[in-house]
Amino acid sequence: MTTDTTTKDATPDATAPGQVVLDARGVTMRFGGLTAVRNVDLTVNSGEIVGLIGPNGAGKTTFFNCLTGLYVPTEGEVRYKGNVLPPKSFKVTAAGIARTFQNIRLFSNMTVLENVLVGRHTRTKEGFWSAVLRGPGFHRAEAASRERAMELLEFVGLAAKAEHLARNLPYGEQRKLEIARALASEPGLLLLDEPTAGMNPQETRTTEELVFAIRDKGIAVLVIEHDMRFIFNLCDRVAVLVQGEKLVEGDSATVQGDERVIAAYLGEPFEDAPGDAEVAEVEAAEAQAEAQTDAAPGKENDR
Amino acid sequence: MTTQTTAPDTPSAPAPGAPSGLVAIPPHIGRALATAGGALTIVSTFLAWTWTTDFPGDLTVYGYPGGLQVLVLIGGVLTTLFGLASYGVRGLRWLAPAGADGALKFAALTTFATAWYTVLSISIELGGLVNLEPGGYIVAVTSLAAFLGALALPFERPEPDPIDPDDTSWEHFKHQASHRWTTVRAAFASGSPRPVAKLPAYVEILIIVAILALGLAVFTYGIGTEYDELFVGFLITAGFGFAALAKAGLISQASELTSRHQNITICGAFVAAALFPFTQTSDQYATLGVYILIFATVALGLNIVVGLAGLLDLGYVAFLGVGAYAAALVSGSPNSPFGVHFPFWAAVLIGAAASLVFGVLIGAPTLRLRGDYLAIVTLGFGEIFRITANNLDGTSGPDLTNGSNGIASIPNLDILGLDFGAQHDVGGFTIGRFANYFFLMLIITAVVVLVFRRSGNSRIGRAWVAIREDETAALAMGINGFRVKLIAFAVGASLAGLAGTVQAHVTYTVTPEQYLFAGAIPPNSAFLLAAVVLGGMGTISGPLIGAALLFLIPNKLQFLGDYQLFAFGVALILLMRFRPEGLIPNRRRQLEFHEEAEAPTVLGKTGA
Repeated sequence: MTTDTTTKDATPDATAPGQVVLDARGVTMRFGGLTAVRNVDLTVNSGEIVGLIGPNGAGKTTFFNCLTGLYVPTEGEVRYKGNVLPPKSFKVTAAGIARTFQNIRLFSNMTVLENVLVGRHTRTKEGFWSAVLRGPGFHRAEAASRERAMELLEFVGLAAKAEHLARNLPYGEQRKLEIARALASEPGLLLLDEPTAGMNPQETRTTEELVFAIRDKGIAVLVIEHDMRFIFNLCDRVAVLVQGEKLVEGDSATVQGDERVIAAYLGEPFEDAPGDAEVAEVEAAEAQAEAQTDAAPGKENDR
Repeated sequence: MTTQTTAPDTPSAPAPGAPSGLVAIPPHIGRALATAGGALTIVSTFLAWTWTTDFPGDLTVYGYPGGLQVLVLIGGVLTTLFGLASYGVRGLRWLAPAGADGALKFAALTTFATAWYTVLSISIELGGLVNLEPGGYIVAVTSLAAFLGALALPFERPEPDPIDPDDTSWEHFKHQASHRWTTVRAAFASGSPRPVAKLPAYVEILIIVAILALGLAVFTYGIGTEYDELFVGFLITAGFGFAALAKAGLISQASELTSRHQNITICGAFVAAALFPFTQTSDQYATLGVYILIFATVALGLNIVVGLAGLLDLGYVAFLGVGAYAAALVSGSPNSPFGVHFPFWAAVLIGAAASLVFGVLIGAPTLRLRGDYLAIVTLGFGEIFRITANNLDGTSGPDLTNGSNGIASIPNLDILGLDFGAQHDVGGFTIGRFANYFFLMLIITAVVVLVFRRSGNSRIGRAWVAIREDETAALAMGINGFRVKLIAFAVGASLAGLAGTVQAHVTYTVTPEQYLFAGAIPPNSAFLLAAVVLGGMGTISGPLIGAALLFLIPNKLQFLGDYQLFAFGVALILLMRFRPEGLIPNRRRQLEFHEEAEAPTVLGKTGA
C-alpha cells in the first residue's frame, strides 16, 4: 500500500454513475429520552450531490455524526458501498467517507501543508520505526504524500499559502483548507457540514464551483446547508429533516413547492383563519412598522 | 523608572507619541554618558573593590579583575560596544541589526545590576560601606551613570488609553499602573532585525562554531562557579546579557543561521558538549555535567509525550526508575536476586524493554482519558511504582528490589575493556569516572535527539501534533487516536528507561526515593515537566536548557535551603506570566506573531 495519487481523475474504485454509495436505513439516534434522529433513510448515488436541509435543531449534524462514526446509531444501519460502517470515526474515514465540520476544526498551529498531510494519514503506512530509520521507502512515501497534498492545495487554490499557519488564514480559506484536508483521505463520499456558513455571496459562489469540481472528480457529496439558493443551485436531490424525521426528499422544485417544508420553516397557519377585524389590525400595524423592519418572509434566503 | 512617579496628566510630562527618554537628560548627553560609563566601568574592574579577601573571589587586586569583577567587565564591554554601535561607528553596525538603543539599555542594566549586586553584597556581608575600596565606589557610580544615560535615550511613548472618569480611584490606579508598565516596556523595546545576508557557507559555519563555543564557555563558567555570590552574579549577567543580545537582534540572526544549517548545528552542539570534560581539571563538575545530562535526556523524552502528543504525564519519572531497576537487577549487584551480570548492551536493551512494557501497561488503560484526568491517573501510577519498589523487599512482598535500601553496589561499566570507574589520560587531559559516564550519556542523548527529530517530522509526528491540536478532528481524519497516543507513551517510556540504565551505574545505588513526584533534587516528575515547560514545549534545545537551569540553580544556591521549592514555584509563576511559551519558543508559536510576514522558508516540523 503506497501513496499513489489516485482519484486524480476517474478513480479506479469510482463506481458507475447511479450506483449507491451511501445507504442509510432507519437511522435512529436517541440521547437518553431525546430522539434526535428518528428512522431516517437516505441514499447517495455516485456522482451525485445531495443536500440535507432543515430548521435549526432538526438533527442534521447528529445525522452526519451517525454517518461518520462519531455517534453509533441507536437503531438502523449505514452502509458504504454495501459494507456496514464500523463504529469508529477513524475507521469510517479509512473506509472512504471524509467530512468537514460545522465550526471549523483545523489543526490551527500546523501549517496548511501539514494539515493536508494529516489528512493523508489513512492512505499511508509509515510507522514509528520507518520514521526513525528513514529508509528509502520512507522518503519515497513522504515525497509522494507531499506531492499529492500540494496537488490538492492547488485544486482548492491554497498552494501559495502552503507554509502558512492554518490559524492565520482568512475564514473562507480555512473552509477551503478543511475541504482539501478531507479530500486528502481519498474519499468516495464527502460530507460537508455547512460549508458556506459565514461566507459572503462571492465566496459562496466559489465554494459552489469547488463542490461541482469535486463531484466531477467522481466523489459523491452530501451537504448540509442553510443557504437555500446555494442548495437549490447545487444539489441533484434535497432531503428535508424536521424534528429528527425526514419530511420530504426530491429535486429542488419538489422540495421548494412542498407545503410542509414551508410550514416547517415559517410555521403553520392558525387553526381558524383570522377574521377581517384581525386582518385589518395586522395590516395597520404592519404599515406602521414597515419603515423599521425587513420583510419577514424570505428570511431564510438572505443569511 | 524615576520620573514616572509623577502623575502622568501633569503638563510637565512629555507628550505621548513624541520620542523622549524615561529620564529627563538630553538624549545626546545620555548616549555619551552610557558609552563613557560603560568604558569607565571596564577600567574600574581592574581596581580593587574591597580591602579584604574575606569576600570570595579576591576583589582586592589592582591590575586584573577577579570573580564578580569579570562579570561586570563583560557587562561593561557589552555596554561600550552597543554604545559605540548606537553612534553608528563603522565596523560595529553588525552588532545591532535591530537597533542599538534597546540593546544598550539592557547592556547598561546588566552592568548596573551586576555591579550593584556585588557592591551591596560586599557591604552587607562584610558589615558596612567602609569595606569598599575606591574601585567599589567608582564602579557603583559609573554603572549607575551608564544606566541612567541609557534610560535617557528616546523612544516612542505609547498613547495612554482614555480614562473613564466614572471609574473608582482603584480603577484609575490600575489604569495608570498599566500605562506606566507599557511605557517601561516600550522604553526597552527594539525593532525587528534585518535578515542575515547570504554569506559563504564556510563563514556561516564558522559563525555557528563561534556561537557554540560561546555557549560552551557560558555553560562551563556557570557550572564551575564556586560560591553563591558568583552564581547569582552569573545568573544576572547571563539573563540580562541574553536579553541585550536579543534586543540587538543577534539572537534571532543566530537562530536564522542555525536553522539554515540544522544538522551541522546539532552535530556541533554535540561536539561542544563532548569538549566539556576537557575544560575541567577535576571530576567535581563533570559529576554535575552527567547528572544534568541524565535529567535533560529524560526531559527530552517527556517532551515527546507532552510537547508533541500533548499528553500530560505527571508520573514520568517512574519510567526512568523502571529502566534503572531493570538494568541494576541484571548488572551484577550483590543485592540483585538474579545474581547475573549481563554486558552493558544487554542491560540497556532490558532496561528500555522493561520501560516499554511498563509504559504500554500503564498507557493502555489510562490513555482513554483526556486532559486533567490523564494527568491525575499518571501521577497515581508514578507513585504506585515507587511504593511497589519500596515493598518488594521480601517482607511485604516478593524479594525483588530490596525495599527502601535499594539495589546497592552496582559495579562500574566495562565496555570493550574500558573501565568506566578508572581515570584515563587522553592527550594530557585527565578523564575521570564521571567524565566517562558523561560521554556515554551523551551518546544516549544523541539517540533521544535523533528519535525526537525524526519521529517528530514524519507521519506519526504529524499525527501526534494533530491529536494535541484537536482530537475529534484528528479522529475524523482517520488517525487511530488511541494507537498513536500509545506509541507516544511507549516511545517516551523507553527513552526514559534508556537513560535510567546509565543512571543506575552512575549513582551506584538505585532506591525508590530517587523517583519521587516532587522533591528538592531533580530528576523528579514535577521538575521534569517544569524543565519541558520552562524550556519550551515541542523543541529540542528547550528541555535541555530548562533541565540545565533547573538542575544548576538548586545545586548552586545552597543558601536557599528549605525555600528551594518555594523559589521554584515563584519562578515558574513569573515565567508563566511573562513568557508562557518558554525560554526557547517553538517556531510554530513564533509564527503566530508574524502572520503578515512572508512565508517562512523552513519550518522544522518538530519546531526545533
